[in-house]
Amino acid sequence: MTASVAGKDPVLVLGAMSDIGRAIAQAYAAEGHPLHLAARHPERLETEAEDIRIRHNVAVATHAFDVLDLEGHGPFLDGLDPAPSVVVCVVGLLGDQQRSVEDPAAAELVMRTNYIGPSLILEAAAKRLERRGQGVLIGVSSVAGDRGRGSNYVYGSAKAGFTAYLSGLRARLCKSGLRVITVKPGFVDTRMTEGMDLPKRLTAQPEEVAKAVIAAHRQGRDVIYVRPIWRMIMTAIRVLPEPVFKRVKI
Amino acid sequence: MMLSGWGNFPRLDCRVAAMRGVEDIRAVLDEAPLIARGNGRSYGDAALQPHLTLLSRHLDRFLAFDPANGRLTCEAGVRLETILEVFVPRGWFPPVTPGTKFVTVGGMIASDVHGKNHHVAGSFGRHVESMRVMVADGRILECSRQEHADLFAATIGGMGLTGIILSASFRLLPIQSAWIRQETIRATTLEETLEAFEESADWTYTVSWIDCLQGGKCQGRSLLTRGEHAMPDELPAEVASQPLQPRRKRLKRVPMDFPSWALNSWSVRAFNALYYGAAPKTAAPRIVDYDSFFYPLDAILEWNRIYGRHGFTQYQCVLPKQAGREGLRRLLNTIQKTGSGSFLAVLKLFGKQDDLMSFPMEGYTLALDFPLRGPTLGLLLELDAIVADHGGRLYLAKDARSTPHMFRKGYPGVERFQEIRAHYGARGKMQSLQAERLDL
Ligand SMILES: Cc1cc2nc3c(=O)[nH]c(=O)nc-3n(C[C@H](O)[C@H](O)[C@H](O)COP(=O)(O)OP(=O)(O)OC[C@H]3O[C@@H](n4cnc5c(N)ncnc54)[C@H](O)[C@@H]3O)c2cc1C
Ligand SMILES: NC(=O)c1ccc[n+]([C@@H]2O[C@H](COP(=O)([O-])OP(=O)(O)OC[C@H]3O[C@@H](n4cnc5c(N)ncnc54)[C@H](OP(=O)(O)O)[C@@H]3O)[C@@H](O)[C@H]2O)c1
Repeated sequence: MTASVAGKDPVLVLGAMSDIGRAIAQAYAAEGHPLHLAARHPERLETEAEDIRIRHNVAVATHAFDVLDLEGHGPFLDGLDPAPSVVVCVVGLLGDQQRSVEDPAAAELVMRTNYIGPSLILEAAAKRLERRGQGVLIGVSSVAGDRGRGSNYVYGSAKAGFTAYLSGLRARLCKSGLRVITVKPGFVDTRMTEGMDLPKRLTAQPEEVAKAVIAAHRQGRDVIYVRPIWRMIMTAIRVLPEPVFKRVKI
Repeated sequence: MMLSGWGNFPRLDCRVAAMRGVEDIRAVLDEAPLIARGNGRSYGDAALQPHLTLLSRHLDRFLAFDPANGRLTCEAGVRLETILEVFVPRGWFPPVTPGTKFVTVGGMIASDVHGKNHHVAGSFGRHVESMRVMVADGRILECSRQEHADLFAATIGGMGLTGIILSASFRLLPIQSAWIRQETIRATTLEETLEAFEESADWTYTVSWIDCLQGGKCQGRSLLTRGEHAMPDELPAEVASQPLQPRRKRLKRVPMDFPSWALNSWSVRAFNALYYGAAPKTAAPRIVDYDSFFYPLDAILEWNRIYGRHGFTQYQCVLPKQAGREGLRRLLNTIQKTGSGSFLAVLKLFGKQDDLMSFPMEGYTLALDFPLRGPTLGLLLELDAIVADHGGRLYLAKDARSTPHMFRKGYPGVERFQEIRAHYGARGKMQSLQAERLDL
């Protein structure tokens, strides 16, 4: 491992192979933070890690991590050295709505990957950070969780659960010196959305998400939408009365 | 997705897929014909394939760097801009750079780009030590001057038509500062311009801007710029303490499509100001930051929109040195006579090079922009005839309109190139719109 800037908090990125995870890792490394990168296929992560070491001259370690392995969460976190004081969870699964409706097992996987797994790993991380009395937990949720849409409610409901969990966690921890940030990116140009015809003005690049995350961290924000226009859109969508909303095709 | 090259012509709907890793690429290989695309800074149709265009934005990792000798290994989608950002502060510079830093390593190899130092450093390909190329059947071949040397040779300057470059290794150049010591020479005739190149042969970087409007005695009047990487002790006091720290500049963006006369009148004004403004024949040396020296146009993002919606093309040819003087005169006469197109052209003297598909050869290269309108195309055909007559060729990275005949005349290596492509299963599979147009 190469040297890193003294005193910078180690950052753990869960889901570090995703486009958004990569961008967030790069952005923290650019500020001199040492990193732990975690993903299901650590052998591919090594390339990612070397790239970051070359670019930013920080220490980077890689780890195998499956968010669905709930029993593994504790040992995984305890094995990280140095212990991270910033934990970013980017893990998620869009799935296919139609398949999720037809096949409960598919729906369950979406629910566990977006809600149960991410919530519980951040809870486990919170316990460890509480002992030290400081730290930042960042969860990448989604605007899809702001209201269940006919076209996307399996994913949306799981993200809604995650958003609610983060909100509760933040409230519980607010006296302890720990912070919790909820990120609702809106559309992002990533592998997840490849081939979809997304409106350009509403679609952020992964680097924009990363920049917004760092800014929220520095400024002490609680909930962020990456492009400001999404806050307006979601406010409008939330206030639509249900009898109207249920007929809107979105 | 609507795609075009930098000239905005042609522009068409292409099916695209992102390359993130080897698996993604293998998964789409049997959907060929396909072509790899870097950052789309080639002007014409070289990085377009409506059937399937592979985007390299996510193939952008640095793989290894050896600070002992400057050898960098990186994925093909890494941009030159990023290399500069990461390595200039550590005292390294790309061995060859084109006039924009918004290009990828893959694009620089596939076009075998040249820079202002061609006469001393050759083109980018000369500095490439090895590459990993995925060929049409999905195999990944490590190639170099020793291993799969035929594939290596055909991929440098091969315009993406041999396979997909995944990564490459090349040596960076050690530098002591992020600054360039620059001199400008005024030349009042073509003779003087060409002489100025000879006289500047020891300088690492040379290039000239030539005024295409002048005929008769003033034909070929120009400003020749030459430069060297500055040493720390040459720097002005305010930057000397951190010689490798580049200057940060804000980028401007062209807000909309301009009417097509705009760029020409801007650049002409700048030229005239310099030309008449600088009294002595050789202006005193100046220290400029590397961005201003190498990438003046990059400071204006999307400047290509200045040419308006119809797009434009850049005409870049090279004439062998022997016939060059006469050929340049004929080209300038023709351009001046029709009065259409660009008022300023870039002229440079290339050093020796004789590679399978690379554009540079020892001689003079002339590059100028033309808005795309009816009469332009006729003029370009006239220029083609002159270039062909003098044993020259056109640069495929800039080309959007030339003919198979013109291409074959200029690139005698094409038969061998096609054999190598056939050997690696690339024909009909690794295929850009440009390749189809040129009958490759
Ligand atoms: C303002 C400006 C100034 C320029 N100045 C110069 C100059 O001084 N000298 C010079 O030589 N050129 C110059 N160019 C041209 C430019 O350097 C080349 O066109 C270069 O190839 C562009 O790189 P790119 O990454 O944008 O590639 P693209 O334009 O996307 O692609 C160019 C070619 O490379 C191929 N390619 C790209 N990536 C891969 C890959 N991974 N595997 C296989 N093939 C690939 C494509 O198929 C295509 O044939 C200039 C261009 C501009 C816009
Ligand atoms: N793209 C958008 O428009 C958008 C919008 C709003 C929110 N988001 C959210 O942003 C996050 C990142 O998404 P993305 O767009 O970058 O797409 P992505 O590439 O599909 O990212 C999903 C990530 O989750 C990881 N993952 C999935 N299941 C896992 C498991 N069981 N254990 C560990 N990791 C697992 C994946 O890891 P592997 O590499 O191992 O597969 C991948 O890194 C997701 O939470 C997504 O919901 C995206």
